[in-house]
Amino acid sequence: MRFLFKTDYEDDIRLFPHSGYVVSYGILLALLMIAPFVLSSYLVSQLVFVCIYATVGVGLMILTGFTGQASLGHAAFLAIGAYTAAYLQQYNVPFPVYFLAGGLLTGVVGALVGFPALRLTGIYLVIATISFAFIVEEVLARWESVTHGNEGMRVKTLSLFGQAVPQNGPTFYFLCLGVLILTIVGTLNLLRSPTGRAFVAIRDSETAARSMGVNVSLYKVKSFAISAAITGLAGVLFAHKLSFISPEMFTLQLSIEFIIVILIGGTFSLHGAVLGAIFLVMIDPFLTYLKDDLPGIIAGTFATFGADSVTAGKIYSNVAAVASANGLKGAIYGVIIVLFVLFEPLGLYGRWLKIKLFFQLFPLYKRATFKRQKIYVKSERNR
Amino acid sequence: MLDFVQQLVSGIALGCVYGLIALGFVLVYKATEVVNFAQGDLMMLGGFFAFTFIGMLGLNYWLGFAGAVAAMALFGMLAERVVVRPILGYPQFSIIMATIGLGYFLRSVVGMIWGTDDFKIETPFSDGVLRIGSLVLAYDKLSVIAATIILCALLYLFFNRTTLGTAMRASSENMLAAYYMGIPVKRVVSIVWAISAAVATAAGVLLAPITFIHSNVGLVLGLKAFPAAVLGGFGSIPGAVVGGVLIGVIESMAGFYLPQGWKDVAPYIVLLVVLLLKPEGLFGIHTRKKV
Repeated sequence: MRFLFKTDYEDDIRLFPHSGYVVSYGILLALLMIAPFVLSSYLVSQLVFVCIYATVGVGLMILTGFTGQASLGHAAFLAIGAYTAAYLQQYNVPFPVYFLAGGLLTGVVGALVGFPALRLTGIYLVIATISFAFIVEEVLARWESVTHGNEGMRVKTLSLFGQAVPQNGPTFYFLCLGVLILTIVGTLNLLRSPTGRAFVAIRDSETAARSMGVNVSLYKVKSFAISAAITGLAGVLFAHKLSFISPEMFTLQLSIEFIIVILIGGTFSLHGAVLGAIFLVMIDPFLTYLKDDLPGIIAGTFATFGADSVTAGKIYSNVAAVASANGLKGAIYGVIIVLFVLFEPLGLYGRWLKIKLFFQLFPLYKRATFKRQKIYVKSERNR
Repeated sequence: MLDFVQQLVSGIALGCVYGLIALGFVLVYKATEVVNFAQGDLMMLGGFFAFTFIGMLGLNYWLGFAGAVAAMALFGMLAERVVVRPILGYPQFSIIMATIGLGYFLRSVVGMIWGTDDFKIETPFSDGVLRIGSLVLAYDKLSVIAATIILCALLYLFFNRTTLGTAMRASSENMLAAYYMGIPVKRVVSIVWAISAAVATAAGVLLAPITFIHSNVGLVLGLKAFPAAVLGGFGSIPGAVVGGVLIGVIESMAGFYLPQGWKDVAPYIVLLVVLLLKPEGLFGIHTRKKV
């Protein structure tokens, strides 16, 4: 094992604390680079969704995880990015231009949302962002000259420097991966900068941040704008991946899924955004697995332990009935969210940290290291 | 003018349902600072219990109503015990997520058990109308308004005239202080959840004749009840009802006088404007920490 001795601030904010990080992330990157040539096209497609969701997760993480401003309206930012791309594409604007324009426009809208949000805290902010998302959804459905209303818009195949980039090909995957990596590195750098430190200070205590001379309102608006801009960039990719967008795709449900991404992944880490995105995207294949294979496996297990064929058949049909029940996904979401909040509020990344620490400190690991502390005095009402 | 009154009454009736759901939010929030995103789903579950008792088992309407309220009160306590109590005192975000999870779970389980069709509960006052001159008012809408008034009066008496109500107000002011004064705070909190689930059930059963009961009705109405609670100022019981009625009337009027599409967003636009001007809602009290 390796001990990290931090002697000055430079040590504390280093991107790679030691060479092990370079090696492990290098291996991960190499694996991701060869992925589209090894994996099936279905899995590559899922990886693209992971990249897009993770990008949104990083954006939301900046706002919710690091600045402490809850938002249930991020589907609206995604929608603005997606629609900007679809609209500008009609006028043969090149991809890099409308990609950046989507991010910029969404960032501006995010800042505009951030200003009213300055005076709101807690539940009022949540409701305000939900309201904003509803209004955007309705505008998209009604502003037919631009968005084609409920008919939706077709998004043409992406073309980059005169080359067509089909949304199922490896190039599109590399594009999404590149955007994700750039976003993550950019966010890491942001968090090392005074701006990021101010965000975290605001999250931990607004009063303390203000008394340290942090301009709270400025940084809150900044946080909204940056978060929205990143989500808008993801929206452009999202539109291209689906090649068709319509207002009913950007509902509250989607916003909640983004929150699930950062909650399941771990609210205070960028690893969490990626892990959460992997989790969310993999639920669908997992459900298919439940429907197709699980009944056979369970019935087979019973058969090997001496159940006769009639009982095995019954078990098979019962399990199949439960596994293919309508709305099973919702139940799984529900149970998983509640279990994570109750037992692992740091999310998947928190679990990973615990495992890592267990091996680092092997015979001396104490569970109490991660014991949560209740804070009854910190009331949201007294601000 | 006649149209206006007609719209006003149906808006108020709808708003009373929002108000009753919002009342549930506010009761729970006042007592424990927990924002219960599953409140609408509790209402939906209550409606389904009532449907099971009345429509499937063939019980008398009032008996089924009472049965559903009792069952949901128990369920509210159970939900509080299992989902909320372990995380009391954690950041608001965790609690919101936990209740969203609970809502997801309830919706999909109800969909699995009862199916995803629309259901209707037969009530003694489903069909009749009250005629005043040329004004036609449906009994089911009037019944919602009457029931809301009765429920609010009962809750008012409960909170201001009974020991348990006083204990609840005390623990909502300061949980720790109440605990030191010998109030069984945990039990009080679970009773608050029982009451809030019971109020939600009442809303669900009253609503059943107006809109049908289906597994997503809680989400749809819960999302309208939130603005109602926020508009009134989260944490103010009269505010919740007033906010609900306001949202209902705005929605009803926008649906009638404005072009299509405004009906669904008008409440949210009004809400945003109110929040901009008065961030703590219409009846909210902005408390400041004394240092």
